[in-house]
This record gives sequence, C-alpha cells and structure tokens, in this order.
Amino acid sequence: MTIKFLPLAMGAALGMAVTAASGATLDDVKAKGFVQCGVSQGLPGFSNPDSAGNWSGLDVDYCRALAAAIFNDGAAVKFTPLSAKERFTALGTGEIDILSRNTTWTMTRDTTLGLNFVGVDYYDGQGFMARKSLGVSSALELSGAAVCTNTGTTTELNVADYFRANNMPYDVVAFEKSDEVVQAYDAGRCDVYTTDAFGLYAQRLKLANPDEHMVLPEIISKEPFGPVVRQGDDEWFNIAKWTLFALVNAEELGVTKANVDEMKSSDNPAIKRLLGIEGSFGETIGLTNDWAYNIIKAVGNYGEVFDANVGPDTPLGISRGLNALWSKGGIMYAPPIR
Amino acid sequence: MAATDFHFVRDEMAPVLPPPAATGGLVGWVRNNLFSSLTNTILTLIGVIILRLLFEPLVKFAFINAMWTGENREACLGHHGACWPYITDYFSQFIYGRYPISERWRVDIVFAVFALGLVPLLVPSAPFKRANVIFMLIVFPVGSFFLLTGGFGMEIVETSNWGGLLVTLVIAVTGIAASLPIGIVLALGRRSKMPVVRLVSVIFIEFWRGVPLVTVLFMSSVMLPLFLPEGVNFDKLLRALIGVTLFASAYMAEVVRGGLQAIPKGQYEGAMALGLRYWQMMGLIIMPQALKLVIPGIVNTFIGLFKDTTLVLIIGLFDLLGQIQSSYTDPTWATPTQSHTGYLFAAATYWAFCFSMSRYSIFMERRLHTGHKR
Amino acid sequence: MAIQEHSATEKPSRGSLLHDPWVRGLFYQVVVVGLVVALGWEIISNTMANLARQNIASGFDFLDYTAGFGIIQALVHYTETSSYGRALYVGFLNTVLVAAIGVLFATILGFIAGVARLSSNWIIAKLAYLYVEILRNIPLLLQIFFWYFAVLRSVPSPRNSVTFLESIFINNRGIYTPRAIFQEGGTLIGAAFLIGIVGSIVLHMWARKRQEETGQPFPSVLSALGLIIGLPVIAFFVTGMPVTVEYPVLRGFNFVGGLKLTPEFVALVLALSIYTASFIAEIVRAGILAVSHGQTEAANALGLRPRPTLRLVVIPQAMRVIIPPLTSQYLNLTKNSSLAVAIAYPDLVSVGGTVLNQTGQAIEVVGVWMLIYLSLSLTTSAFMNWYNQRMALVER
Repeated sequence: MTIKFLPLAMGAALGMAVTAASGATLDDVKAKGFVQCGVSQGLPGFSNPDSAGNWSGLDVDYCRALAAAIFNDGAAVKFTPLSAKERFTALGTGEIDILSRNTTWTMTRDTTLGLNFVGVDYYDGQGFMARKSLGVSSALELSGAAVCTNTGTTTELNVADYFRANNMPYDVVAFEKSDEVVQAYDAGRCDVYTTDAFGLYAQRLKLANPDEHMVLPEIISKEPFGPVVRQGDDEWFNIAKWTLFALVNAEELGVTKANVDEMKSSDNPAIKRLLGIEGSFGETIGLTNDWAYNIIKAVGNYGEVFDANVGPDTPLGISRGLNALWSKGGIMYAPPIR
Repeated sequence: MAATDFHFVRDEMAPVLPPPAATGGLVGWVRNNLFSSLTNTILTLIGVIILRLLFEPLVKFAFINAMWTGENREACLGHHGACWPYITDYFSQFIYGRYPISERWRVDIVFAVFALGLVPLLVPSAPFKRANVIFMLIVFPVGSFFLLTGGFGMEIVETSNWGGLLVTLVIAVTGIAASLPIGIVLALGRRSKMPVVRLVSVIFIEFWRGVPLVTVLFMSSVMLPLFLPEGVNFDKLLRALIGVTLFASAYMAEVVRGGLQAIPKGQYEGAMALGLRYWQMMGLIIMPQALKLVIPGIVNTFIGLFKDTTLVLIIGLFDLLGQIQSSYTDPTWATPTQSHTGYLFAAATYWAFCFSMSRYSIFMERRLHTGHKR
Repeated sequence: MAIQEHSATEKPSRGSLLHDPWVRGLFYQVVVVGLVVALGWEIISNTMANLARQNIASGFDFLDYTAGFGIIQALVHYTETSSYGRALYVGFLNTVLVAAIGVLFATILGFIAGVARLSSNWIIAKLAYLYVEILRNIPLLLQIFFWYFAVLRSVPSPRNSVTFLESIFINNRGIYTPRAIFQEGGTLIGAAFLIGIVGSIVLHMWARKRQEETGQPFPSVLSALGLIIGLPVIAFFVTGMPVTVEYPVLRGFNFVGGLKLTPEFVALVLALSIYTASFIAEIVRAGILAVSHGQTEAANALGLRPRPTLRLVVIPQAMRVIIPPLTSQYLNLTKNSSLAVAIAYPDLVSVGGTVLNQTGQAIEVVGVWMLIYLSLSLTTSAFMNWYNQRMALVER
C-alpha cells in the first residue's frame, strides 16, 4: 500500500516530472511553453545529441519547426530520447506531445496503437551492408549468411520476408541497441548488417575501417518515416501535418531561410498565402498567420533541413533520391495551401 | 663386563646428519606451502601457469602496450594496448553524463556532502549517530534533489541529461534508502500474527524476488505509464527508481527478517511484560537490535544493487556503463582497442566501489560477531 | 504504514471490544484488504481507461498471429510463419537451456574454487581468492559484454576456423561439432539408457538396505555408472550401430550441419557460470568451515580413512549449510539469464521484447514474463526445499 502513494506523493510534493495533459494538446503545449518531442537515443542525421547535449538532425528540425509555428521560437522544444520499445507508450500516455523518431508508417501502427501518422518526412527503404572481402555484389547472393539487425523493428520482419521469398536460409542475430549491432558486425559476428538505408550510411561511420564495407544495391522494403501524434486531437493533428507541408511547400516555392524576408514582398499568390500575407490560414489551425514564416525563419525549408542534416555535404552524404520534390524526380509532395 | 658382547650397544658415534630442512624462513615457507608433496607441486605449477595466462595479457594491455597521451584516435592506432587518453578525454562525461558543464559544481557539492555524511555514519565509534542518520535520510535527499534538478533560481537540469556515475549513484543510493523503510514494514508484515497481513507481505516479497530485474525495469518503463491516471506522467529516471525500489525492498525485507529472527524471544517477552505496545516494542526494543545485526546484510544488498544499476542501460538510461558504451560511437576515438579500454575502466571503477564496500561489510560482521559472543 | 496511523488514533479508554486482540487484528486485516483492493482497482481502472483511450488492443489473441521474425536458436521447430505463442515458447526453452547448463558449470566451478580456497597450497588458495574477489565485484552485464565482444573479436572468421580433428570448428559464428543422428532402432538405445537409470536407482536402494542390515557396502556408484553407460553401448552394437554422424561443412558463408553453439550462447553461459561460481565458492567454503573439526577427529578416531571421512562425515554436514544459499544462487542465475537481451541471445525476455514491440501489447507480454519467471523460481525453490528436507538433520 505504501508503494503506490510514495512515488505519487514524492512526485506531487516535489513537483518533479508530473505533467498534466488534457485532451487539447495545443492548449497544454501553450500553457507549458514548449513542445515535448520524442526522438531517438542517438542516430546521426536524424536525432543525435552532441557532447553538450544539443540535439540536431532531420527529426529534431521538424520538432523545432513545430515549436516555431506555435511559439515563433525554434528553441521552445525539449527532447526526450526514447528506445524503440518505449516510443508508442510515451506518446500514448502524454509523456511527449509528438513523436519524431524515424518511425516507419505501417497500417498496424496507424490503426491499432491509437496513433496518427502526420505524413512522411523521409522516404527510406531497407538495405544491406557487407564486407567487400566477402565478394558479393547482390543481396540475392546472401544465401546462408548471418544477418545482424535491430530487434523489434520492421527491419527484422522485412529481412525474414525477403530471405523466405527468395528461398534463402539465413541466421538472424537481433540486438536491442544499434550500437551493439554495429559492434557485433564489426567484430565479425555477421556477414551482413541490415537496417534502413540511411542508417547503413550513418552506422558505417562508426566502423573501424569504413572503406572495407559496401552497401549492396537492393532495397527490400518501403520505409516511410514520419512524425506521429495521438489519435483524437484533430487540432494538434492539423498543426503537425501542416508544419510538415509548409516545409515542403516552401522548398517548392523557392522560399529559403535566407530569402524569406524578401519573399514577403513576392507577387506569387502561393507564396503570399504561405507566408500569411494573404488569407488567414494560420488562424484556421489555431496559430498566428505568420506561422509558416516563423517555421522557415527558424529551420529553413525541407531541402535546407535535408541538406544540413543528411545531404551530400554531411558525413552521411545521402543524395535526395526519392526524397527530392515531385517536380525534380522524387516523390516528396505536399498539398497546396489554399 | 667388557668381555660380554652386547651387540645392541653402539660403540661408535653415529655420522653427523645435516640439520633438518628449514621450517621457518622463506625456504621453509615455500617448501611447506608450495612443494610439500608431489600433488602440491603439480598444483603449484598449474597455479603459476594460470596466473601467468591471466595476468600477463592484462598487464601488457593496461600498462606495457598502453598509450598514455594523445589528442585523438591517431595516437592510439597501431598500439595493441589500452588507449588511456580516450578515458581522460571522456572522464568528465563518465562522471556527470551530459549535465551542463557550468552547473556541474552542483553535482560536486552533492558528492562531497554525501561523502562527508557517509563517513561518520560508517565509522562505528563516531558520535551523533541519530542526527547523522536523520541528516542522511531526510535532509540530504531533499537537498540534493533540489540541487540536482534545479529551481530556486538555479537552472533546471532535465534528468535526461544526467548520466554516468551520477546516475549510478542516484539509483543505487535512492534505491537502498527508499527500500529500507518499505523493507522493514514488509518484514514486520511477514512475521505478523495476522494471516492476511502475512499473506499480502509474502506475496509481495516473493513476487519481486521471483522475477528478474530486467523485466521489472521493462515493466516500469512500458507498463507503469498505463497504470497511472490520464495526464499523470513520471520522469523516465523516476520510473526506473520506482522499479528498482520495489525490487530492492523485497530483498531488504528478507534481510531485515533475518535480523528479526536472530533476536531472542526473551526480548519480545520482556518488552511485552513491560507493557509496551506493538509499535513501541518494535521501535524501542526489537528494531534497534535487529537493524544493527543486519548492517552487513544491508551493505551486501547495496553492493548487489550497485552492480544491478548497470541494467538501466537496457531501458535507455545512461548510467556509468551506458555512458561508456554510448561514447563508443564517437569517431574521434574509434580504435580497435577503444571498447576494451572502456570496459576495463568500467570494471576497475565498479570493482573499486564494490570491493571496498564488501570489505566494510566483513569488518562490520566481525565487529558484530564478537559483540554477540558471550 | 496504514497500520501505524490507525493504531496511533486508537483511544484505549473506549469500550473493551477495542482491546480484544482478535477484533483489532480483524480490523487491521480488513483495512489491509481494503487498501490492496483499492490499489488494485485503481490500477486496473486506470489501465482500462488508458487502453480504451489509446485504442490499444488487449487480450491474448495475438499469441496465435504469425510472428514473422526469425530466431537464431530454436530447440523446437520454428519458422517465421510460426505464431507469437510459439516464438515465446522457443524463448522460454532457450532460457531453460542456458539456465540449466549455467547451473551445471557454476556448480562444478564453484565447488572447485571453494575447495581451492581452503587448499594448503598457497598459490592455489590465493588464486581462488583473487578469482572470487575480482569476479563477484564486477557487474554481470559488464562481464557478459566482455565475454561476448572480447571473445568474438579474438576468434577467426569461418574461412579461417580453428579446427580440431577435421570435425570441430571454432569461428566467430560459433562452435560447430559433429552431431549424432539416430536412425531406426535408435529408440532402443534411448530405452536402454532409461532402463540403466531405473536399474541403478533400484540397485542403489537394494544396496542401501543390504548395508543397513548386514553392514556390507556395495559399490553402487560404480555399478550404476556401468549400467547407465554399458546398457546403451550394448544396445548400440546389438541394433547394428544405427547412428550416423553429421559433420559440419563449410558451405557458402557459414558452416552447415552438425551441432552449433552460437557465440551468444557460449558468452552467456561463460559469464553466468563464472560470475555465479564466485558466489558459490564462498558458500562452499563457508559450508566446509562450518563442519567442526571435532567431527573429522571423531571420524578418524573411529578408524575411518580420509576419503570415507570426507564422503560420509564432512560433505553431508556441509551440504546442510550449503544448500539453502545455493538454491538462491541457482535462482539468481536463472533470473540473470534475462540479461541475454543485451547480447541478442533469444531468451524469453529478448523474444518477448520483439513481440511486445510488434504487437504493442505491453501488459500481456510483461505478464507472460513475470508468470514464467515466477513459476521457474517457485519450482526451483520447491525442488530445493524438498532436497533440503531430505538432507536436513534428523533428530532422534
């Protein structure tokens, strides 16, 4: 009996860690003055803390954009590092307001976990990395291989499907944390390492001799990553959705962090609507009309965010590929603001 | 007489024998302890071989082949020994985690006060025990809580930024301090004459003792949030602390029960004869004796808990081992010997803590033992 | 806690019913039951509300769904198309396997180290002391990481395997040994083995009875060994050697066939048994020291030789002291095997974690974990209690 009240009393009396969340997420967020954003425990390019505890990455920038849309302050956000296991519970119980943690959009997750996927901020697929000395050039030559991967992710299922579909026997060694997978692969426990393609590039940096390893050409799955919110709060869902769309629309319209102030005087009606010069689109989602301006001012457009975190000039060196705008050969597409 | 031939009487001096083999001194000691028989000699040789097999690589790795200074991985590449500059570089992160550098004085104060409060508590002859206990059990936790989390004009430091030895100590110390009172209540409950109270205590104790800590931690991280009313949330560290405390209190209850059982029945009867009520009897007569008896047991539970804090890395908290592991992803120091160096450092640190505590426990055990010999 | 508050508010001057210990006891128990029920109800209602609000499915239907993931080590048939329930069963068997083998090695190593600490040979005693004091003061998880990663890095790749007699291969994918495959008539060998075991039990009982009646000892241990090994060997030749041996062969990237011990399994067994043995060593030492010297002297005075003294006088008494703490070490080892999750050994917790992640049904999976570990613990302690009772001092 003591057990229950001790922590409750402790938490309540000392004001530690007990947060109240009611139905309306936006009101809560406004009341506490920051967005609580769930991110990964450290994945370069997506969400990774430096030694001083500052977070950076694509997923992180999305949360900053959301904070900028609400508070006109990209720094009004706090990050909660979550493991793959904890992420959905943390969102469901209101510990975080939004989950932006390279989470694959699947039907089960969207429908049975009480969650809503906001959209796709990164299109990825699962790939393989192998030692060059192994002498394979295609994943189809991997019959009988030992495969290292992360447990409890869609990658573990995809690899099972792929090998079964191609009638290839294999051994799967599934670890809890990415660091352990990399260590084990590096130590020679497995012939190949499989995870989302960007992850392969990110993790390759951690190997003792990155040049001895190559990424195989096959992509065996669809992995659309997107931010996630709780079901049943349409206002918050809309804000999250349109924050993402604003980033993409801005790139399409050529509005960047650098030129956003000049663009305010643009004649293009689409840009006027985006930046809140015309219409009251911001107010319809419960924000101010310059919401998109604030987003771009804080983090830039989608292309800038991509280039800064994972693009060709970063250590990850990932090209746009599928993530290029629809008008430039990719499939990144956002509904118009009108 | 002389004509009689006594064959059994010796008529010449026996030859002078060499002195008996030394039984004292170095040679004698070696002979007695290492080479007293053939089996013993073989055992000695095996022992020497094992010692050499174990310690030669260790000494070579940690000292002879080790690199002592350097700026980054370049310094350690090509060496087959430990890369100590990596530890030096990361040392403060291993102690404080990502606690903001400008605020680390707060952690230092907590560490210092903890040490200052603990030493007189551990020395049996130091005065003011009662005040000391009250300070360590009430003033210190509350004070360090505010100092570490912030508020009152100090910058607020989120627990997700805590890490390293700080988290290890916070979990171990909180776990043991919070589990002691719960453990006492449970131990009394288990020895109660009321069947329902006894049953509830037994079920509680046996449940937590029967399941592994990993599952308890998973439970506190993924299940506890579901148990709470809507809108109430606990910090991740707090959730882990709750799990660790529940787990430790079951073990603590058994330790305290051992102490209670060791108190002679006459003490209970004497207290009752004096007209003391149950809680007076327990608080004034039984508990002071029982708790004194179980100090070694408490210390041993603490050692176990201290080692078990490493498990929180599985649920994504950064204790000392977790912090060391997370530093392996830093390309600045990525060398083939980096992980060995990190694990060696971790092992040495944990060992130093646990070994000194177990020495203390043995010291207390001897002390208490003589006290009870009549 | 609640009890304290209530007893403080109790006024002794009121009616005599209040002083009736039975009534008071009843009152406190009702309060305790009330609190437990209230707490349970609070938790359940909160959980139900949370689950309903978040639209999370509940119930154990998911156990029949297709798991879809592979498991590297399965003692029973398992494929990706098996169900979640089957996957958990595989995990459970893996836990039992690693615990059983860990217990075996820990006991052997622990007894050796415990006896070695009492050795008159200085080096052996000190070596055992170092072993105990170093190993038991380093966290188990760290030791598991050490054995896994350090050992993994120091063994060669499959193509450069360390080979013994062209049949045992050691590389960083595991240890491969030949495997015996029983064909027709193989069951007869198994039957002979069982008959051997039953026969030796009967023989032992008879020998004991005879010794009690006539004082004539019978070498029952040796004859039991003869029965258990000899009968199957005879059956083996009589049935025409119906056993083929499958050797591991390097095919493609890895070895195929034979018996395979994965590095995860080896590292876990090593770490668990070496760690636990350091505790068992102390227990054994304390147990032997607890037998007073007078017992040995009395046995010598009766004319018993050193070996029977040890076997008939010292060990039985030492076991009485050793068994209770040994039980809790076995339980600890079983529970500690859950640390497998850190190095990808597919035990119950590790597989359960994957299931949890895919289905999102935290409560059900954690419930399954708790239930299984509790029953393992309770079974082990029940068995050891039974054994302990048999060994306990019979006062005449």
